Amino acid sequence: MLKNRIIPCLDVKDGRVVKGINFVELKDAGDPVEQAKIYSDGGADEICFLDITASNENRETIIDIVRKTAKECFVPLTVGGGVRTIQNITDLLLAGADKVSINTAAVKNVDLVKEASKKFGSQCIVVAIDAKKVSDNKWEVFTHGGRNKTGIDTVEFAKKVEENGAGEILLTSMDKDGTKTGYDVDLLKTITNNTNIPVIASGGVGTLDHLYDGIVKGGASAVLAASIFHYGEYKIKDAKEYLNSKNVSVRL
Amino acid sequence: MNVTIVDYQSGNISSVINSFTEVARGKVNLEVTSDINKIKSCDKIVLPGQGSFKSCADSLNKISGLVDTLKDFAITNKKPLLGICVGLQMFADVGYEEAETKGLGWIPGKVSRINNQKGKFKLPHIGWNEIEIQKESKIFKDIKNKSHMYFVHSYEFIPEDKSVISATTDYSSKIVCSVEKDNLFGTQFHPEKSDKIGLKVIDNFLNL
Repeated sequence: MLKNRIIPCLDVKDGRVVKGINFVELKDAGDPVEQAKIYSDGGADEICFLDITASNENRETIIDIVRKTAKECFVPLTVGGGVRTIQNITDLLLAGADKVSINTAAVKNVDLVKEASKKFGSQCIVVAIDAKKVSDNKWEVFTHGGRNKTGIDTVEFAKKVEENGAGEILLTSMDKDGTKTGYDVDLLKTITNNTNIPVIASGGVGTLDHLYDGIVKGGASAVLAASIFHYGEYKIKDAKEYLNSKNVSVRL
Repeated sequence: MNVTIVDYQSGNISSVINSFTEVARGKVNLEVTSDINKIKSCDKIVLPGQGSFKSCADSLNKISGLVDTLKDFAITNKKPLLGICVGLQMFADVGYEEAETKGLGWIPGKVSRINNQKGKFKLPHIGWNEIEIQKESKIFKDIKNKSHMYFVHSYEFIPEDKSVISATTDYSSKIVCSVEKDNLFGTQFHPEKSDKIGLKVIDNFLNL
């Protein structure tokens, strides 16, 4: 039976982790490579890096981090943030990323998704969608880290990226992100019901029960979380044992 | 011992290189190449593969002499070869991804899309799934039945002779996830991404 995945996400800015893990065993709380290794040793099913570096000049930095992490972590590594071109994707994959997530660029030009999935295979193309609720059961796609409205309906867009070859959707609720009040389960349910590719739930996790909701109520294939793991509230192992105790199958 | 990872433009092979490098350190010389002479003279071959069946088959055929060299190595000389993901699928006679395409024809069978029961099972089959060992295989030495391996694929290899199947995994049906036929080994899962247990599979292959 396919297991539900737990994916810790590390936000990286100018080569340093922004929301650092608060683990005592850490030598350097800002080093993304060291933190990724801790997660991977702790049983993370995948590792996700989100590069939130504002400038374009610093792309080399994330590539270097990916290169170092890939030599130490032998679980899948997804990298996103600022991916705009086929060349960006090539560089990340060559450095050792297994999947690349495309956000704003996929909204601007869905052909990038099509071209990338044809060139590298759907298995390594994730489309990250940032959605905000606009009315009952209606969500709009936002870009640029949630700053820009697009007027595009999230369900329509999710279907469109699937048709264009995306292998997975990383779905973040902008309303919930950072609130620690749980995923937007209605949004998740709507997207998982309307697409046939795996959906990764993101935005809003504050408790282990929220992970359960994302999988069981929202239908997500994987759950992504940042702060509950970073600050040492829970270890990956705690999350897995909790889900397992509630009959949600995970890799123990 | 010299082990060659065949670099034939079959998609992203960085992770294969990283994990084999990790396991091979200090005991095996590892080379990543498409050089026919180097492939001929090595002791073991790893055939990775990502993307579609068609793109991998086309890439194999594009390198002059590669298909014949691999055949001499694996079929005539019976030296160990491990195919990973689409690399395993290449063993088949034919694949149906994108277009009907001829494979290497080393293990009779076909590669077709997983029957996902009208959308009941999402495709690609992405994530960690348990392997059910069907027969003793040298690459599963010290690996427990029901170990978790990492999968990413939408197509499955269906061999005619079921006795080549060394493990299956359950996703809509019993999907073939590894084969062993004499000196030929193949995994549909990605040992290079399957944590310590995956590295053990690689280690077993290198220790053959």
